[in-house]
Amino acid sequence: MSANGIGASVRRKEDHRFITGKGSYTDDINREGQTHAYFLRSPHAHALIKRLDVAAARQAPGVVGIFTGDDLAADKVGGLICGWMIHNKDGSPMSAGAHPALAQGKVRYVGDHVAVIIAETYSQAKDAADLVEVDYDVLPACVDLASADSPGQPQIHDNAANNTVYNFHLGDKAATDAAFARAAHVTKLDLVNNRLVPNAMEPRAAIGDYNSGEDAFTLYTTSQNPHVARLILSAFIGLAPEHKLRVIAPDVGGGFGSKIFVYAEETVCVWAAKKVGRPVKWVADRTEEFLCVAHGRDHVTHAEMAMDEKGRILGLRVHTKANLGAYLSTFSSAVPTYLYAPLLSGQYDIPAIYAEVDALYTNTSPVDAYRGAGRPEATFVVERLVEVASRQLGQDPAQFRMRNFVKSWPHQTPVIMMYDAGDYAGTMRKALELADYKNFGKRKRESARKGMLRGIGFSAYIEACGIAPSAAVGSLGAGVGLWESAEVRVNPTGNVEVLTGSHSHGQGHETTFAQLVAGRLGIPIEQVSIVHGDTDKVQFGMGTYGSRSGAVGMSAIVKALDKIEAKAKKVAAFALEASEADIEFKDGRFSVAGTDKSLAFGEVALQAYIAHKFTGAQLEPGLKEGAFYDPTNFTFPAGVHICEVEIDTDTGVTQIAKWTAVDDFGTIINPMIVEGQVHGGIAQGIGQALIENAIYDKEGQLVTASFMDYGMPRAHDLPHLELGFNTTPAPSNPLGIKGCGEAGAIAAPPAVINAITDALGHEEIAMPATPQAVWKAMQKSAMKIAAE
Amino acid sequence: MYAFDYHRPQTLRQAVNLIGRTEDSKVLAGGQTLIPTLKARLANPANLIDLGAVPELRAITQKGKSIVIGAMVRHAEVAESPLVKSAIPALADLAHLIGDPHVRNRGTIGGSVANNDPAADYPAACLAMNATIITTKRKIPVDQYFQGMFTTALEEGELISAVSFPIPSRAAYAKFRNPASRYALVGVFVAVKSGETRVAVTGASNGGVYRWTEAEAALKPRFSLAPIERLAKPPSTNMNSDIHASADYRAHLVYVMTKRAVAKALGR
Repeated sequence: MSANGIGASVRRKEDHRFITGKGSYTDDINREGQTHAYFLRSPHAHALIKRLDVAAARQAPGVVGIFTGDDLAADKVGGLICGWMIHNKDGSPMSAGAHPALAQGKVRYVGDHVAVIIAETYSQAKDAADLVEVDYDVLPACVDLASADSPGQPQIHDNAANNTVYNFHLGDKAATDAAFARAAHVTKLDLVNNRLVPNAMEPRAAIGDYNSGEDAFTLYTTSQNPHVARLILSAFIGLAPEHKLRVIAPDVGGGFGSKIFVYAEETVCVWAAKKVGRPVKWVADRTEEFLCVAHGRDHVTHAEMAMDEKGRILGLRVHTKANLGAYLSTFSSAVPTYLYAPLLSGQYDIPAIYAEVDALYTNTSPVDAYRGAGRPEATFVVERLVEVASRQLGQDPAQFRMRNFVKSWPHQTPVIMMYDAGDYAGTMRKALELADYKNFGKRKRESARKGMLRGIGFSAYIEACGIAPSAAVGSLGAGVGLWESAEVRVNPTGNVEVLTGSHSHGQGHETTFAQLVAGRLGIPIEQVSIVHGDTDKVQFGMGTYGSRSGAVGMSAIVKALDKIEAKAKKVAAFALEASEADIEFKDGRFSVAGTDKSLAFGEVALQAYIAHKFTGAQLEPGLKEGAFYDPTNFTFPAGVHICEVEIDTDTGVTQIAKWTAVDDFGTIINPMIVEGQVHGGIAQGIGQALIENAIYDKEGQLVTASFMDYGMPRAHDLPHLELGFNTTPAPSNPLGIKGCGEAGAIAAPPAVINAITDALGHEEIAMPATPQAVWKAMQKSAMKIAAE
Repeated sequence: MYAFDYHRPQTLRQAVNLIGRTEDSKVLAGGQTLIPTLKARLANPANLIDLGAVPELRAITQKGKSIVIGAMVRHAEVAESPLVKSAIPALADLAHLIGDPHVRNRGTIGGSVANNDPAADYPAACLAMNATIITTKRKIPVDQYFQGMFTTALEEGELISAVSFPIPSRAAYAKFRNPASRYALVGVFVAVKSGETRVAVTGASNGGVYRWTEAEAALKPRFSLAPIERLAKPPSTNMNSDIHASADYRAHLVYVMTKRAVAKALGR
């Protein structure tokens, strides 16, 4: 291992610019002649627009243009799309309602886009919006997920009967029913996976810019995948041909999935830039972000697990209703289906699984991928079931898990996935050791002496990451392939620019990717720059989500580096007047085997460009190589998290007393950054378990539309996090990376709830387990004790 | 935010004159409530008078047996003041529990007391310690000052210049934070001075800050935990109820936080 290569905790190169205020976010960018957009939004969850009159607003000071859904329709601007086709049980395609960027006759959630007002200043645009006259015919709203498909509910889209987008299923129903028929014990649970607002630190923003001389557009936007945004805006929405649309995602302040999607606002900004002939800028305020960003999670589930008399799992049956909100966001349909049901086997050898998912429209903000996307929901189901089953059978929860773990690899689950490598029992043993599990009883007694209830909870999660391979996702309905690209450009002076289709918005790619390159080429890390986020620089790429940038994006860089090394050896052979077969490359030097003749990497780079030692007929000058990489399988990060809580019996406050996480992420490039990813993920998972909750009232108003009411985890809510690793390299990519970005958010919620229910002595608590909820649940515990 | 004229007076006299001279003006102290209100366009004043440059509102002093805190003193300054920490540590403790570092470095005691948010912390300290609200016109005894949520005895154009806290012999603040906003879901300040015990509760009641007289009576013979433990929980009538806490839960928390405040005041 070199000082800055793979395995070194190199400090993040990008942090200098971030912490000195030199980052350049979309809102920091200002274009010559720029105007400002304000979106007039629906105050109603469900209403017909009877009349929309913008005449008075058009006369307001500073107004440059006002546009409505009719204007978009007149220009044949297409609606927003959902890029993953899901089929119903009977094989018919899902029912997707139209998703116009600006409403056409009907609004379907509070915050839905009614009109855009473009003015010289943001204030003027907002002032003018007050003058837009809208007559709404308010309709009853359908807000409650559990009953959204019941007869008599308000119909949100005409073509989706009973507000149902699809009835999906996966697995073998007959085999699963048979497993339940011979079960000695069945554990049943009803679970709610609470709805979350992503709340990235930087709200969404966009600038549309049109150059009439070139007839070309530029979009600056807060995107996790600028190329995908360009493809959708071009091929589906029809704003401009791809070669006439440049998308730049500059520094982006967090995404957590919410910036994967193509939204109405950036679509309108691009289109309107040509209409008004000036750049159009829009920056969401925090309230707009709460109301209109794609939310996460929001499932109600009934789940059952069948076991034999020894506690061996025989089968799993799951029925989930998933809330997709008022419109289908870009990848929403995939989240509760192929990112959810195939993970229901967890780390366990379960012979039969059958899952049904009803995806429903409601009059709420669209719901799409949020850190973990489907996998936290699956893990919550599996890990709550397993924990409760072990309690009901009187078995130790760790032993129960170990008995049922997959023990050999590759392992084919009954729900698509082929687990290729792991050591689940070894990880559990290491976690038990680190958590000092054997002395939990002692700690529980100590807590009791302080008047505190102590509980312990496990979560043995698995995820499918490195989202790819393209052929596999294509067969499941994805509209795109999920490979990644890389280009390595070596300059004549030997420094290197690496262009990647991944996008960094907090992950530290500028450091980890540079570590890979510096280590491989034997050059200082300072001589490597990572270029990303601009469709004019990087030819194509699929972006960053699903913990895929290491496993897929870095693998593409490896492939390009292989080509660089091969070409450089040819150059070195000419320069050193030796046979190519005798050239060895080690520690940044090309040498002739068995001699003391050698050249440094930078010297070979110079030779490649001056091209004095070979002719054009012998070798092309230059040193630049590109690669596309498509892996052969998903990767399967897995781990065990153990949470201990202390509950204040007077107030119901839950304090996380101890946290142990042992993860298998495959090869780790930068331990410090990986630990940071785990910390952040756990914080979000604890947030979901304890305080985060997006609540709509019956009329469809978002009650928790600000940080006054939407609880976010803070530093002092978190304990010391004890981390460990048990690494088995992923066999499906050259570096053996599995991915780490989502693990904490996937693992944490069931660990917390299992610990709280252990402390309470019953299972009746839902997320978020706020102090009030725990206080009420404790009264149930007291009644139970009194009854016994 | 709507447009307004911004004024930055240099003295308290200038500030008072400006208020008299201008129509439809709002006074800006720390801005922790006013600025978000303006940004949300929920207020539309013609004039904003910023007290940030008025030096005489910035002092913390001891006058006899009282600590006097200028209206524009920030929460962080109260929390860190050696004088407050030694004379009334419970008040420094309360200031330290307000919001987060950003709020504490902008928000002011005058702003908090003038706004009288039913979930603010300072009103409980004022009421429990029998503070005097010193204004540009008069000195208002605290028992006449708080008049229900967001309502005070302040008249049009009357500015708070300082709050005077008689130094108690014992005092403590126990706060239960709203898990989202970090405002007081329930906060209880207890203070003992010259044989009188006061128990002031914030966050709980839909009438704003109030004295829990049953608890005061129970503590009157002897300031100790036992009488509080014997006391019945307060009824949930008139308690606030929202997504964070039902009226029942708030009533329960009033009891628990009172117990904790008394224990803390006893050094336990």
